[in-house]
Amino acid sequence: MGQVSMVAATMPVETVRRSRGPISRRSRRLNMFRVVVLVLAAVFFLTPILAMLEFSTRGTGIGAPRTLTYWRQIFDYPDLVAAIQVSLELAVITSVAGLLLLVPTMIWVRLRLPKLKRVIEFLCLLPLTVPAIVLVVGLAPVYAWVTYFFGDSTLTLAFAYVVLVLPYTYRVLDAGLSAIDVQTLSEAARSLGAGWGTVMLRIVAPNMRSALLNSALLSVALVLGEFTIAQLLNFVNLQVAINMLGRANAGVSIAVAVASLFFAFILLVALSFVGRRRSGSVQVEE
Amino acid sequence: MPESTGSAVDDRPSRGGRRLPLVWLGAVPFLAYVTIFLVLPTIIVIFGAFSGPHGPTLSNVKALSQDYIVTAFVNSIELSAMSAIIGAVVGAVVAYAVVTGKPDSTLRRIVTSASGVLAQFGGVTLAFAFIATIGGAGLITVWLGDHGIDIGSNVWLYELPGLTLVYSYFQIPLMVLVFLPALDGIRPQWREATETLGGTAWDYWRHVAAPLLWPSFIGSTLLLFANAFSAYATVEALVSQGGIVLPLQIYNAFTSETVLGQENLAKALAGGMVVVVAIVMSLYVLLQRRATRWAR
Repeated sequence: MGQVSMVAATMPVETVRRSRGPISRRSRRLNMFRVVVLVLAAVFFLTPILAMLEFSTRGTGIGAPRTLTYWRQIFDYPDLVAAIQVSLELAVITSVAGLLLLVPTMIWVRLRLPKLKRVIEFLCLLPLTVPAIVLVVGLAPVYAWVTYFFGDSTLTLAFAYVVLVLPYTYRVLDAGLSAIDVQTLSEAARSLGAGWGTVMLRIVAPNMRSALLNSALLSVALVLGEFTIAQLLNFVNLQVAINMLGRANAGVSIAVAVASLFFAFILLVALSFVGRRRSGSVQVEE
Repeated sequence: MPESTGSAVDDRPSRGGRRLPLVWLGAVPFLAYVTIFLVLPTIIVIFGAFSGPHGPTLSNVKALSQDYIVTAFVNSIELSAMSAIIGAVVGAVVAYAVVTGKPDSTLRRIVTSASGVLAQFGGVTLAFAFIATIGGAGLITVWLGDHGIDIGSNVWLYELPGLTLVYSYFQIPLMVLVFLPALDGIRPQWREATETLGGTAWDYWRHVAAPLLWPSFIGSTLLLFANAFSAYATVEALVSQGGIVLPLQIYNAFTSETVLGQENLAKALAGGMVVVVAIVMSLYVLLQRRATRWAR
């Protein structure tokens, strides 16, 4: 919705640029600068990914032709396939659980418990101050109890992962909530007879759809890349499996690594398109 | 969402006496969860740092002054500072290149999504990517080797210079992510206003953009520092032995806790890390508060 006002705001600039000399020269210089910067960045960020692709399609021996052997071998490692599956499950569980925990709390605090806002913010941002490698040292005794109550499934990692994604989820949701006037929306809804459940589910949540989507995506990306907590608590998730395999068969582990990177990237790009289309349709409805 | 179902009735003034506890009930699930999985582990680490097998002790903390631990601390700070500065400068330039384009362009969407993935996808993948690029049999190493150039990366890739380069790979995207909103806050109208008043591009940057952006910039740099300081997976997958930086020392102490009887050294090391990160992050929050003064 802010995009509309941005477009409107830049409109006059475009027309001015076309009509006046010095400004169009400036915009040409700016475009040059943009192209150079973005091309250099693309080279820096794409080279290692291309190198991984190249490495994972090498044949054995000097001068051997390109081959997809490493990629095919992925499925010869059942542990690896299991790890891929468990990481995907963890990603889904964590992003949903994180939202279920945080969204109602944040809306509630904003509307009814403003006193608590600082506390919630502090707690949510605390994981930034307590790095995963530190958290896991303290989590080890807690996980003795988790194992006691929930068994030793790798999926129990979701408990820790929800904490890991808190800062990111909080920031995105806070931005989403700040962008809409929660107070007015809820007062309007409540004066028309809506209960709190209706306010949250049918008034506030649909208005911050893209924030919800963003935070879920961040959680998925974070969980798919998580290594520290899993390794130190002796669970095997995707990254731990890749790391272990790296010592035995570098080709296959690099193939999986690049596949997981592509997967996350495609997911994020695809869903950012979905988010945009939805917010566009909301504008039309309004 | 049970906490969201408190009905409209609770809010009526006539029930004033019951209102407070019911209102607080809404925050209970969150607070309980965070207490168990975040606050409690933190307390365990901090108390553990000061306790031994026979009650409270300072011996864990004293053990931190050993040479190899001090070296790891210094290495960590050096690596984090270098990669934060490189990441902040390059990331800010990239963010500026993106933000000066059309607000809803495909380019911007791709850059934001890519940054989101790359900033989080540190760790094992990243270590492997750089091994495949400039490791002994890496793409660039081999290609340059064919042309008679030896970059010698087999040595420096696994030490601080190599780690700095590898860390930049996730620091730059993180900077793009955190700095884009700050740049978005700079309205094109302000530039037009400067020009209308006869200001040059330099005047604009010196008196308008820079004063608005510097708190975000310094704040983001601090965030990057903390990010690198606490990164573990990348260095573990790349170096794995020797404990070159603090996180690896924590891992060593953590895994040998039961074996060597150095029960709480890991907690003391972890506590030391928390202290550094806490200081940096407090400064970040202060700066961020200053930066958002203009956001409205």
